[in-house]
Amino acid sequence: MIMPSYTIPKALCDVPTHYCPGCTHGIIHKLIAEVIDEMGIEGETIGICPVGCSVMAYDYFACDMMEAAHGRAPAVATGIKRGNPDKFVFTYQGDGDLAAIGTAETVHAATRGENITVIFVNNATYGMTGGQMAPTTLPGQITQTTPYGRNTDIEGFPVKICEILSQIDGVALAQRVTVIDPNTIKTAKAAIRKGFEYQKNKQGFSLIEVLSTCPTNWGLSPVESLNWVKEKMIPYYPLGVFKEGAIR
Amino acid sequence: MSNQSSPKKHLMKGNEAIAEAAIRSGCKCFFGYPITPQTEISAYMAKRMPKVGGVYLQAESEIAAINMVYGCAGSGVRCMTSSSSPGIALKAEGISYIAGSDLPCVIINVQRGGPGLGGIQPSQSDYWFMTRALGHGDFHALVFAPASVQEMVDTVCDAFDLADKYRMPAVILADGLLGQMMEPVHFPEDYDFNKNTEKPWAANGHGNKRKHNIINSLFLQPDVLEDENFKRFKRYEIVKKNETKAEIDIEEDTELLVVAYGSVARIAKAAVDMARKNGIKAGLFRPITLWPYPEKELQKAAEKVKKVLVVEMSMGQMVEDVRISLKSRIPIEFHGRTGGIVPTPAEVFEKLKEMDGDDNA
Ligand SMILES: Cc1ncc(C[n+]2csc(CCOP(=O)(O)OP(=O)(O)O)c2C)c(N)n1
Repeated sequence: MIMPSYTIPKALCDVPTHYCPGCTHGIIHKLIAEVIDEMGIEGETIGICPVGCSVMAYDYFACDMMEAAHGRAPAVATGIKRGNPDKFVFTYQGDGDLAAIGTAETVHAATRGENITVIFVNNATYGMTGGQMAPTTLPGQITQTTPYGRNTDIEGFPVKICEILSQIDGVALAQRVTVIDPNTIKTAKAAIRKGFEYQKNKQGFSLIEVLSTCPTNWGLSPVESLNWVKEKMIPYYPLGVFKEGAIR
Repeated sequence: MSNQSSPKKHLMKGNEAIAEAAIRSGCKCFFGYPITPQTEISAYMAKRMPKVGGVYLQAESEIAAINMVYGCAGSGVRCMTSSSSPGIALKAEGISYIAGSDLPCVIINVQRGGPGLGGIQPSQSDYWFMTRALGHGDFHALVFAPASVQEMVDTVCDAFDLADKYRMPAVILADGLLGQMMEPVHFPEDYDFNKNTEKPWAANGHGNKRKHNIINSLFLQPDVLEDENFKRFKRYEIVKKNETKAEIDIEEDTELLVVAYGSVARIAKAAVDMARKNGIKAGLFRPITLWPYPEKELQKAAEKVKKVLVVEMSMGQMVEDVRISLKSRIPIEFHGRTGGIVPTPAEVFEKLKEMDGDDNA
């Protein structure tokens, strides 16, 4: 019997990562790298890592990389893209980065129809700083800074980025996916590929939101975490395409 | 302005001259956000950049604009932003990242009065901010202080070149007066676009020809971060040695030395001329670079003088660099106006008369 062999995509450096066991950052990195490989664009791609758990992704992707200040990745991507319109530019951002401190940069890169691809990792918490409330923390969810559960009377409601972006004319793709089983992983990869294709054809801003896990800060095992995404996150953040279509 | 090789003079506003000089210096991308009194820079860029194959982009904020500059500079493209005091304050984080990643770019600050929303009239109250604390962490930017529209042009060219050469941000510190004032300018014919423009470190796609480049200011290991800072400050030592600039207008018998920069130096010069006509032995020292500060030049110029007068449109900021340079060996007095009030030559002359009188009493 021929077993399919596990291969590391070329666009991913063969180095150990610092991610916690059971965290889905690794899967998402691999999907992006596979898309870059399949499109043969590693040499023309510049990736931007945020402030957050993926802050050191510049050591993991084999393409040129830039580190951005907290929330500013879409502005940094804009600067690169405007100076180098034929290169591929992607950002990789957490929910605090993209939907709190960087909301303005996210929305305005989208309104400009900036030809970039944004990978938005929504883990419903601030992972890197030890599990504080994120803009995407669910109502009732316990975090370090919502020890009694997120009270919407006090802390307000979670931010639904794909829903917001679906209102914006500059958006070519706003899609929410997850990576909790082989089927959702396949869909996620296809969405990322679509985002890069829109970019290739200069057809507008693409954002792929990936519902992701944070076993360490959620206080759950990796398997429980996958179930938590399925049972708690997906009902609040439904998967699917929220907006799609070339803007130019 | 389209005839690049024209030797003729153009009558231009300071802000427009900055923009044209930047384009001729090879600036390919401009990112800004509207604010008075720098508006003409953006307006000029918006008009000209598309005609010369460049990029003009109005960002959603100064924070976004400086981060666009960071990205663009990191990809190896000559770029700039311009703003005025409150807007520069918003850029501070981004400037720190630019310096921490050793990226070259040009930042224009057409100063206005502060603190807070302050006013929109000319001011020099960002001196400390530009030379001491442009953002968090240990770093410097080159800071140029032009005093005429022509010098706006010349310092912009220098700023792009030296920023590239030393891989650091460069600031043109102007004020509302210089920005709005119209004077004849001449654009040099021999812009050398390729000077210092090899950027093998840039993150612009490795083209499968080299290892990936990383633009970054994160160094979690203390010894590595310390080493980065040591390396950067070694470079600063070279900058300090080679790049100070000042204009010195003194005579053998100068007794009163006025120190002023930017538009105030023009006013001080008029006062010095009035003083000389009235038998007061006055001279002028005008720093053109504020960082690095022309300390040695000032020491030499002040060697034989009896007193120093520092004039600024602030509550007294550069005066500290004068004190540091002269090690308080000579009495140093200060005359400042603030809030957008521009000092007159007559009031500076009065001050000189007073100082001269004290001396001869
Ligand atoms: C300006 C600024 N504010 C705050 C921080 C501290 N900080 C580092 S990571 C982080 C949270 C990031 O959370 P998120 O974007 O959700 O990404 P995750 O860590 O979950 O991947 C914060 C607040 C910082 N580095 N810079």
